[in-house]
Amino acid sequence: MPEKSTGALVAPRPAKKYPFPKLTKPKAPVGTLYRGDLGMWSWVLHRITGVGIFFFLLVHILDTSLVRVSPEAYNAVIGTYKNPIMGLGETVLVAAVMLHALNGLRIILIDFWRFGAKHERALYWFVIAIWVVLMLGFAPIHLMHVFSEGA
Amino acid sequence: MTTIDAPRTGLPVRRRTGINIEKWAWIAMRASGVLLLVLIFGHLFVNLMTGQGIKALDFGFVGGKWSDPFWQIWDCAMLWLALIHGSNGMRTIVNDYARNRLLSVIFKGGLAVAAVVLIILGTLVIFTFDPCPAGAAANLLPSFCAAS
Repeated sequence: MPEKSTGALVAPRPAKKYPFPKLTKPKAPVGTLYRGDLGMWSWVLHRITGVGIFFFLLVHILDTSLVRVSPEAYNAVIGTYKNPIMGLGETVLVAAVMLHALNGLRIILIDFWRFGAKHERALYWFVIAIWVVLMLGFAPIHLMHVFSEGA
Repeated sequence: MTTIDAPRTGLPVRRRTGINIEKWAWIAMRASGVLLLVLIFGHLFVNLMTGQGIKALDFGFVGGKWSDPFWQIWDCAMLWLALIHGSNGMRTIVNDYARNRLLSVIFKGGLAVAAVVLIILGTLVIFTFDPCPAGAAANLLPSFCAAS
């Protein structure tokens, strides 16, 4: 590939009318909003939860569409969602949805609000705190439904 | 033979006319995200937290919800927004990771087909749904079916 052998192919640099500003090289990679720190991990979580939710969405639309086939077909498939293993999966799914939703709000605040960009680290911990509170509200009730007898 | 511009050469003049699709996709992600937060949190609360939660979900439950236009519109909005938001997010990821042009076109084509097919399927299901299909066992249907 010609792009890789740069040496002889670089166009001549224009005459040095102004000197380049002096750049100091950092000793270690410097964190930015999205690299190497909390911002990066929230980005990673946002991607992973987003992909997971997307594939569940595809399945969920197809299983719900069975209401148009017959009551028996729909009940058979929705019955598998009541199995305890699926119940644990649903808890993880809701955790992913809530984290994606709250972190999405954080991204919007960073994008549109000066305060958000300045305090994005605090906002990240705020997101985690609200997420923990929401999950403490959701998980016990859902797991009680899943693991209780009957219905 | 290609030449590489010297460092600090100015960017080429870019097209300034027409609609900036990426900008509107960026805005749409944020707008649909906020709406989806409300729609999905409501969906999760009503379906999983009230009453017997997931144990109460069956044909009769869906029939009861979708005989109300409020929930038909709620679920239809959720369907469209979630698929648009989700497939556009997946497109961003394909843009980031697919280095091969053919693969990238195949992935994005697949995403577009999946989104369009599921939007059409889901919308038809919501609005052609019959909560009291003829010939079905009465104990599987919503309670209001018995009245007629």
